Amino acid sequence: MVDFGGWSMPVQYSGIIDEHHAVRGGLGIFDISHMGQFFVTGEAACAWLNRLLTNNVERLGIGECQYTFLLNERGGVIDDLIVYRIAEERWLLVVNAAKIDENFAWMQARLQGGIDFMDASDEHAGFAVQGPRSAQLFDAFFGGQHRQPARNEILRIDIDGEPYFIARTGYTGEDGFEVFCVAGRAVRAWRDILSRGAAFGIKPCGLGARDTLRLEMCYPLNGSDLSPETTPLEAGLSIFVDLNKPDFIGRAALVAQKAEGVKRRLVPFKMAAPSPPPRAHYGVFKDGVQIAETTSGSLSPSLQTGIGLAYVPTALARAQETIEIDIRGRRFPATIEKKPLRRATA
Amino acid sequence: MNVPDDLHYATTHEWLRQDAGTGTVGISDHAQHELTDVVFVELPKVGATVQARQQVCVVESVKAASDIYSPVSGTIVAVNDKLTAAPALLNTDPYGEGWIYQLRLEATGEVAQLHTPDQYRAQLAGA
Repeated sequence: MVDFGGWSMPVQYSGIIDEHHAVRGGLGIFDISHMGQFFVTGEAACAWLNRLLTNNVERLGIGECQYTFLLNERGGVIDDLIVYRIAEERWLLVVNAAKIDENFAWMQARLQGGIDFMDASDEHAGFAVQGPRSAQLFDAFFGGQHRQPARNEILRIDIDGEPYFIARTGYTGEDGFEVFCVAGRAVRAWRDILSRGAAFGIKPCGLGARDTLRLEMCYPLNGSDLSPETTPLEAGLSIFVDLNKPDFIGRAALVAQKAEGVKRRLVPFKMAAPSPPPRAHYGVFKDGVQIAETTSGSLSPSLQTGIGLAYVPTALARAQETIEIDIRGRRFPATIEKKPLRRATA
Repeated sequence: MNVPDDLHYATTHEWLRQDAGTGTVGISDHAQHELTDVVFVELPKVGATVQARQQVCVVESVKAASDIYSPVSGTIVAVNDKLTAAPALLNTDPYGEGWIYQLRLEATGEVAQLHTPDQYRAQLAGA
């Protein structure tokens, strides 16, 4: 068990590699109760969220969601999150555990009239059911009584009078669902999913596998790959930034950065020869000169080699560029790759 | 956790099997469990001399890199090359095929300063 954003959470249950393969090849379940849930309600909510977030929430129909960023005035990332439109004028934001208080304070300080803004994190639990067999489990679980949400869709399903929000989203690159329910239902829901999932080989998965799975997909982890000092443009995530919508916090800084040219890019790399696994904060070298520091690194259980992410000068941010990673004073060759490092299971 | 009765233990979770003037070193069942899947072992060099409690090699799991400390002083006379191709032996057989290195003991008196199996079990129970 480790501390993660103030939560005591398991790194692993049966083993990181075992859990990783369960999700890639079958089914896994993660406890994501640590993540934060904010509800925003009101006629003015849409425009207010569009002023705070980088993606364009006006594009969302009821039941749809998008990945987006909360930026500071310098265009740096306070948090990355998913915003779900759960009704015409009601929105659910799912944010990172370590950023709940900071996000809430930032948003609260900019709150406008006519909006009800609530941090419901403590009252909610969450699970991510991930893997190519997720859809089969969904149908088995509900006995065909409910239709599955489509990719990036969220549905509310009431069980015994309690609401469960079930979204077709995740952090693994595999098909799957994220489920949010009131905290009092958490233990029972976890056991029910595990028990119904047994026929599909479901395995409980911890933070370790969550990290290896997201890293293979090159999904950033806030606090490691994203920070108040890095922008979504540098992180290569500009498709989640709508510079054409009305003004939002951080926009001016991003427009200026784009005009000047983005000087560094977050790129994935793969070790090119046997080596110890790369970790965060290892030196990245090119022609004997340090050009960056890794922001994430691990062994990839799927690729069976070391992988990682680093912000490198834009001129070097291209696939097949060779670099070196300093691992305890020895340099090992690596190549910059395209995203994702591993494609989702077909 | 498995704590064999015929071994000596360091508080840092290494074990030592003494055979006259030679010692074999590995990590305990508890240590391999805490480390999670071991994916890389950076072995020490044969011929190197090490001091007791000195960092001697690195074991890497998916999760993290962990320093391994020599339980006693001596000169390394053999390393388990099998771990290069099969680092997971540390998980599957920590007291057998997963041994890490052997050393010629510099001072056999140091062995008595290590934990007995009962002392090590007490340490784990208190952890």
